[in-house]
This record gives sequence, C-alpha cells and structure tokens, in this order.
Amino acid sequence: MSAVSTSRPVASPHAHAGKTVAGTMMRVELALVPATLFAFWLYGWPSFLVWALTLLSCVGFEALCLRLKGDPRPSRALKDHSALLTGWLLALTLPPWSPWWVPVVGGFLAIVIGKQVFGGLGQNVFNPAMVARVALLVSFPLPLTTWVLPGAQASLPAPGFTESLFIVLGVTGIPDAMASASPLGYAKTELSRGIDLLHSLTSGHAPAAAAWHGIRTGSLGESSAALLLAGGLYLLATRIIAWHIPLAVLAGLAIPAAIGHSVDPAHYLDPASHILSGAAILGAFFIATDYVTSPTTPLGKLLFGLGIGLLTWIIRTWGGYPEGMAFAVLFMNALTPMLDRAFKPRILGRQRNGKPLDVPAAKEA
Amino acid sequence: MNMRTLLDKLLGSADWGIHPDDRKRPAADAPIRVMPAPDRLYLPLSQHSGAPARPVVLVGQKVKKGQCLAEAQGMVSAPVHASTSGTVVAISEVTAPHPSGLTMPAIVLEPDGLDEWIALQGCDDPFALSPAELNKKVAAAGVVGMGGGTFPSAVKLTGANRAGIHTVIINGGECEPYLSCDDVLMRTQAAGVVDGVRLIVYASGAKQALIGIEDNKPEAIAAMQAAAAGFAEVRVCPVPARFPMGFDKQMVKTLTGIEVPADGRSFDAGVLVNNVGTALAVSQAVREGRPLVSRLVTVSGACVSAPGNVDVPLGALAQDVLAFVGGLKGDGIGLARRVIGGPMMGSQVQHWRVPVMKGVSGILALDREEARDEEAHDCIRCGSCVEACPMGLLPLDMAAHIRKEALGEAVDLGLKDCIACGCCAYVCPSSIPLVQHFTYAKNELSARDRATLRMESTKKLAQAREARLAEEAREKAEAAAKRKAERAAAAAAAAAKTAASAEASPQGEPT
Repeated sequence: MSAVSTSRPVASPHAHAGKTVAGTMMRVELALVPATLFAFWLYGWPSFLVWALTLLSCVGFEALCLRLKGDPRPSRALKDHSALLTGWLLALTLPPWSPWWVPVVGGFLAIVIGKQVFGGLGQNVFNPAMVARVALLVSFPLPLTTWVLPGAQASLPAPGFTESLFIVLGVTGIPDAMASASPLGYAKTELSRGIDLLHSLTSGHAPAAAAWHGIRTGSLGESSAALLLAGGLYLLATRIIAWHIPLAVLAGLAIPAAIGHSVDPAHYLDPASHILSGAAILGAFFIATDYVTSPTTPLGKLLFGLGIGLLTWIIRTWGGYPEGMAFAVLFMNALTPMLDRAFKPRILGRQRNGKPLDVPAAKEA
Repeated sequence: MNMRTLLDKLLGSADWGIHPDDRKRPAADAPIRVMPAPDRLYLPLSQHSGAPARPVVLVGQKVKKGQCLAEAQGMVSAPVHASTSGTVVAISEVTAPHPSGLTMPAIVLEPDGLDEWIALQGCDDPFALSPAELNKKVAAAGVVGMGGGTFPSAVKLTGANRAGIHTVIINGGECEPYLSCDDVLMRTQAAGVVDGVRLIVYASGAKQALIGIEDNKPEAIAAMQAAAAGFAEVRVCPVPARFPMGFDKQMVKTLTGIEVPADGRSFDAGVLVNNVGTALAVSQAVREGRPLVSRLVTVSGACVSAPGNVDVPLGALAQDVLAFVGGLKGDGIGLARRVIGGPMMGSQVQHWRVPVMKGVSGILALDREEARDEEAHDCIRCGSCVEACPMGLLPLDMAAHIRKEALGEAVDLGLKDCIACGCCAYVCPSSIPLVQHFTYAKNELSARDRATLRMESTKKLAQAREARLAEEAREKAEAAAKRKAERAAAAAAAAAKTAASAEASPQGEPT
C-alpha cells in the first residue's frame, strides 16, 4: 500500500480536460461502427449473432472476474467499456459464421486469461483480443478458418434470422456453396501447390481489387478497408490515437513487401494487396494501438509499429499461416516494456542519455 | 543541435503542453476595480522566497502607507511595507494560502481610513544612476517576482548583471486559465510596463528585451507594441497560447531557441526572465520611489457573481476581496473548490481567511463542474500524459513507481525535472492525481534527505563525543601516569637522599 493519498487530492491542477476512459473507448467503438455494419450486411444475421455473443461473453466474464476479485463497485468498472471494446475487436477477427462456442470461449480467453489474471485493466502485457484470437486459431483451426462468401457473391440466398440462429448454434452446418477461402489464404494455398501468384491471382482473386469496397471473403474486420481506414482516420483526427503506430505498421508491412515484389512478383504479393487484405488496416489502427499493450513513448511507438508490420509480412510470406497480424502484435506486446524503457523521450534541458545539456555559448540572440 | 531539433519535431517532443479552455473572459474585459483597505490587513513576513523579513515596528505604533514594517534580512529577502495608513495592532499569525492550512507570522494592521502616504522619493532620470544604485531602489521597494515565483527582484538583477546576460525575457504569457491580471496590466499600463522593462535591461546589463505575450491577448499585444515603439531594445513577440508557456524554460526556448540546461539557471544561458507585473513594479519603485503595496488580482470562477480584476492592497484577506466584488453567487452554494492562484498550479485552501500577498495572482471560486472532483480509475497507459508533459517525462511510469514507494526509480525517470505544471493530471482520462503523486514523492525525498543529514550529523556528534571522551580518558591516564611517575621519582629521590644520609651517618652521629 502506498502512502500517496489519492482519494481526496489536494494538489493542483484544479481543472480537467474532461476526458474519461469510457469516453475514449466509446470513440473507438464509434469508429468501428461503419465497418461493422457493413460486415453485417455482407455476411448476414449469423455475423451479427457472432458479434453480439462475443460482446456478451466478454462483458459477462469481466463481471464474473470483478465479482470474484471482490471489486467493491463492479458496475463502475464495467461502465468503462474496456471489456466491450475487447469483445468487439475479437468479434471482428472471428469468421462471421462461427459456431456459438467460439465467441464464448474467445470471451473467456480474452478477459480471464488475457486480462484479469494479470490484474485487470491496465495490467495485461498482451492484447486480450489477440490472445483469444491466437489461442482459438491454434486450438480450433478448422472453425477458425471456415470462411463464407459475402452475400453479394453467394449463389444461395442469405439465411433468415431463425436459420442464422441454427447455424450459429451448430444445428445446421454451413452450406458448402457458401464456404470459401480468404484471399491471403487462397494465395498461400496456390503458392504451396506450385502455382505462382502471377497465375493464381488473375482468376478473380486479386486481393487488391475487392479490398476497398470489401465485398470479399474474410472475418468481419477484414471486409472494407475504406470504412476501417475512415474509422482509423477519425481516431487520428480526434487524437484518440497518435499517428506513430498505424503509420509504422503500414510502413513495416509495405516496405519489405515492395522490395520482395519488385524482386520476384511471382512469389511475393504486392504491397497494396498486403495492406488492403487481411487484418492490416484493422490491426494498424485498432489492434496495435491498444493503449495498455503498446509503448507510450513516440520512438517506442514507431519501433513497435515497424516490428508488427515486418513480422506480419514475414509470417504471411514464409510462415505456416496465411495471416500473421495477431502473432506479430503479441510478439511486439512482449517487447513493449523494453521499448518503453529503452526509448524514453528526451527531457527538456537534457541530452538523450539523461545528462544535462552543456551551457550554450553566449550568443547574441 | 539541428539533429536534436529534427528528432524532437519528428517524435513530437516539440509538441509539448496542453491547450486548456482559457476561461479568461469576462474577467479580462471587466474594468479594474480598486479595493479600499478592509477592516484589518494581515501582512505576512514571508511574501517572498528567501529569509522572512524582520519586523521594525512596535505593536501600537502608527504607520503611514508605504512605510517599511519589516526589513529584509539575509542575502535573499525583501522588506514588507504598510499597504495603507493605520495602527499596528499585533504581530501574530495568519493562515497561509497553502493546502496545509498552517499559519505564518504576519503584521496585523488596522487601517485609519485616511490612506495617507509617506513622502515618496522619486527619480526623474533613473538612467543616470548606476545599475547598483537602481537595484538598491528596487530592493528598498520590496519588489519580488509577481508571476508567482516571488524571488526578490533586486537579488535577481544583481545576479544577472554579474553573470553577464544578453537578453531580458519579459513574461507576459499568462498561460494559466482564468487569470487575466497581467493581460489587464499590459492593456491599461503598457507605458509603465515598457519603462520597467527598459530599467530592467539597464540594471541587468542586457542588450535587448523580448516581451513574450500569448496570442490569445490581442489587445495586450497591440497596447504593448504601441508603447514599445521607439525603443529599439524592446521587442514585443506574440507566442502561441499554450500551457505552460509562462514557465521560464519554455518561454526562453520559444523566444530565443536557447534550451536552458537541466542543472542550470537561465542566467547560464545569458537570459533573465521577469514577469510584466514585476516590470511595472520596478518602474514604480524607481520613478516614484513607490514600494510594492498593492497588486492586481483576478477574482473569477463560476461561483463568483462579478468576475474581474481588482487592485488589492496587500494583506487583505481573500474573503474581504470577495465581499468587495459582490460575494459568491447564492452565498457559495455549489462552491466545490477555493483556489489561490491559477487552476493549473494554484493552491487549494480550506477557507477564505488567507491574505493576498505579493505573489497571489488569482482568487478562484470553482464549482463542481470546473473542479471536476473525479475518483481516480486504473491507468490505461494511454500515454496522454507523456504527450502533454512539457518536460519530456513519463508521468504514468513515475506515478506507478511512486505508488510502489520506489522513489529511486521515479527519480531515475526524471522526477526532479518535474515542474508540477499539472498538464499530465489535466489530460488524464482516468483522473489520476499525478501531481499529487509527484509532490508527495518530492516531499518524501527531501524529508529523507533531511533525515539522512540529521542522522549523519548525529553520528558525527556521537563520534566526536566518543573521540573527546577517549581523548579525555587518555589525558587523564597520562596525567595520572605522570603524577605517578613524579611521585615515584620523588619517592626515589627521597629514598636516595635517605640512603645518602644513611651512608653518611656512620661517619657522623650514630642513629
């Protein structure tokens, strides 16, 4: 217990900008609304049910943990929207037609394993949504890679609400005609079959083509790059996030991709496809910028972002999985304390190493 | 240097500080009200940094306005003058404008209502005097830094002169929200301020003066530019409105590009920083021989019925000032916080029975919405505080260490560079009272330093005592040994004598 009294502070300042944790989280949620609504339209009722179930699961597990921890006012902690946002982000990384237990187990992994065992809000080392996403992917690879065609491309009519409920509850399976591979997965599979990108991507699977409007196969958060980018720019404009991480993630992904593509276009995807497909935009603006698990210093943020971008490209290009954003984020999360320690900002009147500046030579100003 | 500037720009360290809602109007636009002396004046002996002044009047003595009540003692000190004519009724205690609510010694004056001045000795051509003579006049008038630093101005001028500075920076930033006393001073008494600036340039031996005024005060900038026209050495420089622009390191860097070293003072960089109020006080002290007996105070906040700037005689209680401006709305219903000074760095006080002193720039009665008493939540590491910190510190990490009582780690992160400006706590979405943490840690560290010093001196004393006792014992033993040796020698001598006589006796008389 510390001797600092914080219950009734007497020290200045006696004014406040009026920002709150809940307000900040709600802004992020607001930025996610357009892309989420669009994804609902694309993938229909099942995707909405998956989304709602993930949110419910996260908030439910948060409430349970707070109760078990003996939080004197669990309702206050719930109102900060942090569990809701974690759930939302997790939902966006799940296949839109996941069976019911995927969101439920995901909520448990994100909130209990990813966050509360570390001590709750602000204490976790790893991004909770990514912990859940990776744990699910590794443990249950099949349901986590069963994608469906977006409504506009599907030959079957979109399922109604009841039908969707059955799909999510696992009573009825996903019709084969709806199943499809994600663009990155497709490229990877074709490459492994010995068909190079120059041939495989001509047959209507070019990732960049469908990227902006987002009518393509993928998770909820992989749909429309344009809407996600709009949300990200909104966060930048309202100064909820700083430019360092998103820019560095995209640069870390695009620069090696550009080099690789210019050397061997048959085996390396072009940078535009890299940035516009998969979770690149979602990851750069919404996942990597998670406050708790990213560095707080400008230089730390830049290196953190570059690391995520580069690792994502490496995993996508040579790794066993078609998408590597989640792994890259977790890896860099682990380095966050070190980055924060090593790349502190320069203190005014001091050099970067902490020694005082030399007295400036008297000059006529 | 260029590489550093570029890095700072790129990484956002150049983008320091915050842009708070300034809330300066309507108080800034209200006409100045001159407050007559209230029933009692409480003039603290410590209205400046340094040693308290020593009273030179007796209880019951009649004094005139401007008469010296207590003189400076020691190297860094300033005298206190009567702010009206009247009788000294006591030399006792008054509550200090500090959250602790502790008292400080003060001279209590009962005004006679005549407000009669002593004979003032002005000076028509101060530039004919030597800088040392000029400084003597400033010292005699009790002028101190009016921006809140309250460092005795004459001491500062002498030091600057000795250090050989080239530029005087006049701080008209007034970056604290609500406060507008400097703004009003510049609007209404620009000529006096500019005259004071020229005197400071002369007294400090500088070559030029730059007056930095935040660009949210267009009227003040215009008035000062008009007053400074014709004086080549005085330049008015509008600066961006941003808190804490009024800190000397920030102001010096903005105006001259010079970064004062962390372990140095602005003198070392060849600059001297003074407040606009100080400049006016210097001009009045030198031209008219008028001591510092009143100052402009901004009375504002949502609970004040008629906000504005008041010319307050020093020593008037805040409650008298509030009563003079028409009191609080609804007799103080909804009052959440009483603040002396600005909202960012001022002191919270428990009641209004605290005196206006030389460094008091504001009396604020804030309501719940303004003070925003929020309970602290968990830190979400958003980094807003890192972005806001004008010193380039990591407030969140420092606070985390302090909560664990790891003060050494907090110092390693730059706790001692913290200027307690409050930017971090202002932007914190979790409402963590960060300044409270840092103030606690700084106090705790200095308490520990004092304890260490005390322990060391106790140890030294004990060691000295032991050494002294050992020395005494040794001396005693030596003396004893000496006496013993002497006795032995005497005995031996006596024995020898006896033996000699015995030897001699057989030949003489028989024994």
